[in-house]
This record gives sequence, C-alpha cells and structure tokens, in this order.
Amino acid sequence: MQATSDKRWFKRLGRSFSQVPLLGWLLGALVAVALEQIGGLSLAWAVGLPKIPVLFGFLMALKKPLLVPSALLYVVLIYVLPIGVIARVSASPLNRLAGKLFSSSLVISVVIHLGLLYATLHVWAGISDYRLLVLKLALIAILLTLSLNVVNGYMGEFSCSHPGFMALGAYGASICTVVLFVDDKLFGSALLPAAIGPFFFPLALILGGLLAAVGALAVAIPSFRTRGDYLAIISLAFMFIVKSMIENLEIVGGPRGLSSQPDWANLPTVFLWTVAGIWIINNFVRSTIGKALNAVRDNEMAADAMTVNTRRTKFIAFCFAAFWAGIAGGLFAHVLRYVNPSTFGIQKLAEVLAMVYFGGLNSVYGSIVGALGISLLGEALRPLEIFKWIIIPLLLILVMIYRPTGLIAFREFDVVKLLQSKQHSEKGV
Amino acid sequence: MPLLQIQKMTHYFGGLRAVYDYNLAMETGQVCGLIGPNGAGKTTIFNLITGIYRATEGKIFLEGSELNGLAPHEIAARGLGRTFQNLLLWRHMTVLEHVKMARYSKISYGLFGAFFGTAQRHREEAAIEAKALGLLGMMGIKHCADQVVVNLPYGVQRRVEMARALAMDPKILFLDEPTAGMNPEELAQMMEIIRQVRDELGLAIFLIEHRMKVVMELCEHIQTLVFGEVIAEGTPNEIQNNPKVIEAYLGKEAVE
Ligand SMILES: Nc1ncnc2c1ncn2[C@@H]1O[C@H](COP(=O)(O)OP(=O)(O)OP(=O)(O)O)[C@@H](O)[C@H]1O
Ligand SMILES: [Mg+2]
Repeated sequence: MQATSDKRWFKRLGRSFSQVPLLGWLLGALVAVALEQIGGLSLAWAVGLPKIPVLFGFLMALKKPLLVPSALLYVVLIYVLPIGVIARVSASPLNRLAGKLFSSSLVISVVIHLGLLYATLHVWAGISDYRLLVLKLALIAILLTLSLNVVNGYMGEFSCSHPGFMALGAYGASICTVVLFVDDKLFGSALLPAAIGPFFFPLALILGGLLAAVGALAVAIPSFRTRGDYLAIISLAFMFIVKSMIENLEIVGGPRGLSSQPDWANLPTVFLWTVAGIWIINNFVRSTIGKALNAVRDNEMAADAMTVNTRRTKFIAFCFAAFWAGIAGGLFAHVLRYVNPSTFGIQKLAEVLAMVYFGGLNSVYGSIVGALGISLLGEALRPLEIFKWIIIPLLLILVMIYRPTGLIAFREFDVVKLLQSKQHSEKGV
Repeated sequence: MPLLQIQKMTHYFGGLRAVYDYNLAMETGQVCGLIGPNGAGKTTIFNLITGIYRATEGKIFLEGSELNGLAPHEIAARGLGRTFQNLLLWRHMTVLEHVKMARYSKISYGLFGAFFGTAQRHREEAAIEAKALGLLGMMGIKHCADQVVVNLPYGVQRRVEMARALAMDPKILFLDEPTAGMNPEELAQMMEIIRQVRDELGLAIFLIEHRMKVVMELCEHIQTLVFGEVIAEGTPNEIQNNPKVIEAYLGKEAVE
C-alpha cells in the first residue's frame, strides 16, 4: 500500500519538479542533512529506530526486516519531504538566482554549487565515522571508475590493469609521506617536520600518479605496437606482476602491507581531488583532442586518414587514465592509512569494471552513478554477507541485458547545461 | 614540378599482383578519374598513396617531397584528404564532431589546453567549429550537425565524409566511388557538389568511379585500370573512343 502510493508520489514529483534548478536540489539536500543533524536522533527514536540509520535505512532493514516501515518513514521525513518541499518552494527565486549567477560568472556559479554540495556531504558524513569512510571511498571510486572509463569506454579498449596502477599510486604516495613525515619502523624517523606535510601531500599524490603513468607505458608499449587485442591480456598480466612485485618487496612491508600513513586524506581533500579529476577528465574527453579517442574506437583507419595520430592518442589516453588511477590509489591508502598488496587484485578489478559497465560507457554521469551505486550497494548489502556477491552480479547481468552499454552511456557532461536556470527548459535534473 | 607524382608503383598482396607499374602526374586544380572493372586495383592505388599499404616498389612525391614510408596520419596531414568506398564513419559521433576531428593535426592548444580548458582552447575550438559548420553548409547538411551519423540517410553520410575530408584543407581530395549506391537525384546533387568543391576550393581531385557519365562529365584526365595495369589514359574523348577501353570496360558495362 505504502510502497505504491509512494511510487505514485515520486512520479508526480518527477513531473512537477522538472523546473527546479540544481541550486534548489542542493539547497534542499543541505537543509535535509542539517535537520538530520539537529533532530535525527529524536526522530529515529520517535519512529522506533534504535539510532539514526547510517545508509538510508538499508543496513537496518536487512538486519531487522521488521524495522522496514520505520526506516522508510524516517527516510521520507528526513530526506524526501524537506528536499521536495524546499526544491518546490524555492524553484522560481532560485531559478532567477541561478540565471543571474550563470550570466555574471560561470566560475562563481560553479564554486557556489560545489560549496553547497560539499556542505551537504560534510554535514551528512558528520553523523558517523562509518558514513565518512563510505563517502570518502565512494568519491575515490568515482575517480577510479572515470579513469577506467577513459580507456574502456571512450577509447573502446579493454584494460584490466587499473588495480595495478592504483597500487603503484598507493605505494608511491605512501612511501613519500611515510619516509618524509612519519617515525616508522620500516623507514626510520621522519625527515621533515610534520607541519609542512599537508602542503606536501598533493605532491606525493601526483608523484604516485606519475609512477602509475610510467607503469602504464610498460603496458602501452607492447600493447599498442600493432593493431589487435593484446591489451586485455598484457594489462591483466601487469596487474598480477605489480601485485606479486610488491608482495616480494620486503622494504615496503611485503605481503604484510604498509601502514601508519599520516591522516591527511580528510573529506575536503578527497572531495577536491575528485572534483579536480572529474573536471580535467571531462575537459579532456570533450576537446577535439579527446574526441580522437572516440574516433580511434569507432574506426581507426578513418581516424588515421583524418590526420589523427592514433598511436599517440592511445598512449596519452592510457597514461592519463593510469595517472588518475594512481591518484585514486594514493588517496585510498591515506584514507585507510594502511595498504597491502592483496587489496589490488582480481576482486578490485571486478569491482571497478562493474562500476564502469553498470554506470555506462563513454559518460561522466555514468561513471559517477556507477561508482556511487556499486559502492553504496556494496555497503548496504553487507549484512547479507555472501549473498551480496550474488545480488550485485545479478544486477549487473540485468543491466547488461537491458542496457548493454550501461545505465547512462554516451551522455555528455555539460556543466553549462547543468547550472542553467531551468525555467525555460524541459529537462529535469 | 607536379603536385602529385607517382613513379613505377607496383604492389603485391602475397602472390597477387594488385598494381603494376603505375605512374601519375597531377596538377593543382585538375580533376583526374580512375576507372576500371571490379577488382582492378583502384582502391588499392588509393590505399597505397594514402599510406594504408606500403608499395612493394615505386615512389610517391607530393610537391617534390617523398611520401613513401610515412604513417597514414602524416601523409594525411601533408594534404591528402580522402573518402572511402564503403563509408568509414564514427558511429557514436555527431556530424559536427566528424568534421571537427579532421582538424586534429592543426590543433595547437595541446594537451595542457585539453586538460585545463584554457582560453586558447576555447578560441581554437570555436574557430574549428565555425569552419566545420561552413563546410556542412556547403554540403547542404548543416541542419544535421548535431545528429549521430548512423541515423542519417546514405546520401547525407557520403556528404559527411566529404565535408570531413575537406576540413583538413587537403591539397588533393581522393574520392572513392562518391556516387556508389545513389539514386539519380542524389547523384545529380553529388556531381554538383564535386564541381563546387573544384571551383571554390581550387584543389586537385582524384576520383574513382564506375558510372561513365560521372567520369566523362567531371574529369579532364582519365586512366583505365585493368588487372592492376593502366591500359589507356587521356581525355574523356580519347578514352571513350579507345578500343581497348571499350573492350575491357565499356563492353562489360554494356553487358550489365
Ligand atoms: N588487403 C588485401 N589483401 C589481399 N588482397 C587484397 C587486399 N585488398 C585488395 N585485394 C585484392 O586486390 C585486388 C584489387 O582490389 P581493389 O579493392 O583495389 O579493387 P577495386 O578496383 O577497388 O574494385 P571495386 O571496383 O570492386 O572497388 C582484388 O583482387 C582484391 O581481392
Ligand atoms: Mg574499390
């Protein structure tokens, strides 16, 4: 009963809310998470929940199915209702504001939107450490998924080496920070004062990214020498080689892993790196130089005949993707403050491939949706233990059957369209 | 010095002699035609000139500099634009993106511009877009600019290929059967476009054709290829009256 009326309500919502600007949704979300911060716990008790549901009630509902109605009620009262009401009420003034912001300066408009988004995430994650961790890992997953999409989606090759690049980035950045700033039994005492550390952190990440990009050359040189499908095999081999190399490298801890990374990957840092990654990758794939990846994928001979240096294009795209996978790896290591080589194996590969193909090829939106979807689903289904590994693949198979290129494939991520006032356009958010 | 000069070009596919002792000298503004029955080696000659295959023997010069051994994209960037007999388009890209792509080698904003969206990049992309739209206007398909190319009718797809080849500012345009599979109306439009390209852009055109009417009307100089060898060349009149051609080519056409 409740579910069907809920659905109808959502449908009506979708229709009448198509004119709400992004600004309205963000404001609504911010108010919702602020409400949760203030009165979430009381409300949770009032509807009969032991505590604030951390992931929209999923975990609770799966552990104690009897609590499903309460969890649903909580989600509606805390998230759906406030967001809906505020988005609706503020639509027309915010449309005017969005239009004005947009026409005065795109940069300011972007900064305000990002500020609202960050504030929302910050408050939401402030409820529990678990939420904070899930959020950081999901943001890193976006970076990783998008970078793999550059190769597997935009360029249409099949690469399996992303966990390897991630490992190179993770170890590269970790070694930098641990050697220089931490008193550690593996590498001895710190060489530099910890105070300058946070400023050095971006450099360490970039160094890790560059290390991954150099590793990418080792895959690219033999794979792209001739036409043909060598990349899948060579990149898979590369992933295993990196993993066993680290396992046998006692100086970085071998199979026991590397720990005591400094705690510098806080939410703003991870958020900013993810935003920067999305921005740069999106810039790239929308330029004519980046569109050359699509030309190479769709017909290499035609690309050659139209002056595209196809070999160079492939090298650049592959190393570029590896660089961002390396950045993601560096962030990952500093979020968990511990890495070991077995993290970067076949399971990680399956996870990131699932994110890319679930979300959609050749699409920034797709990568965001895929990464968030699979990471949140993975967390939400955790109580099901082993069944999680049945449900997620099943879901993936369903997506592959009904949308072979993924949920939101081949869609351009156009910031201008996203930030515009929605008064005159038909499109929803 | 001729614009394009080919000397004694021979090519073998394994044991098959596809092209034998082929020579050509072409000047700017000239329209040359290459005719011959199916499998004569016409497309192979295009592929040899544009670097897709490496000629077994022979030399190719563009404005006196040798093209042998260059990669296809380098040869293209020197000024050899082409279309393909069996339409090689990029199925997920829009018409406008097709035409813009052909400016690839002339882009100067570099990777930095691509990554960070610099002002120079926006200027250059805007200029490329204006040029591409101009060419689409010339082909009469500007209204399709934002459509994905697979959804378009065949005649339009041919014109997209042509606009794309022209966007690289070629010195010579190679057209491999530009009217293949077209109905009479589309055929007339395509011939008009080819004439317009020749008159307005002042480049050389090298044309492979099966329909005698098209070659005879458009070309100043015609070569007839049979089993990889040029058996006759000259003006349309000379070709039309050459008994070897009538036997090898027109005779076959009459039978069809
Ligand atoms: N890549 C290749 N490998 C081997 N043989 C080839 C190859 N390309 C073409 N050939 C052969 O070379 C000969 C010439 O082919 P080509 O495509 O140049 O003919 P064409 O004159 O363009 O014919 P059509 O009018 O049918 O297009 C044919 O016998 C063909 O089978
Ligand atoms: Mg042919």
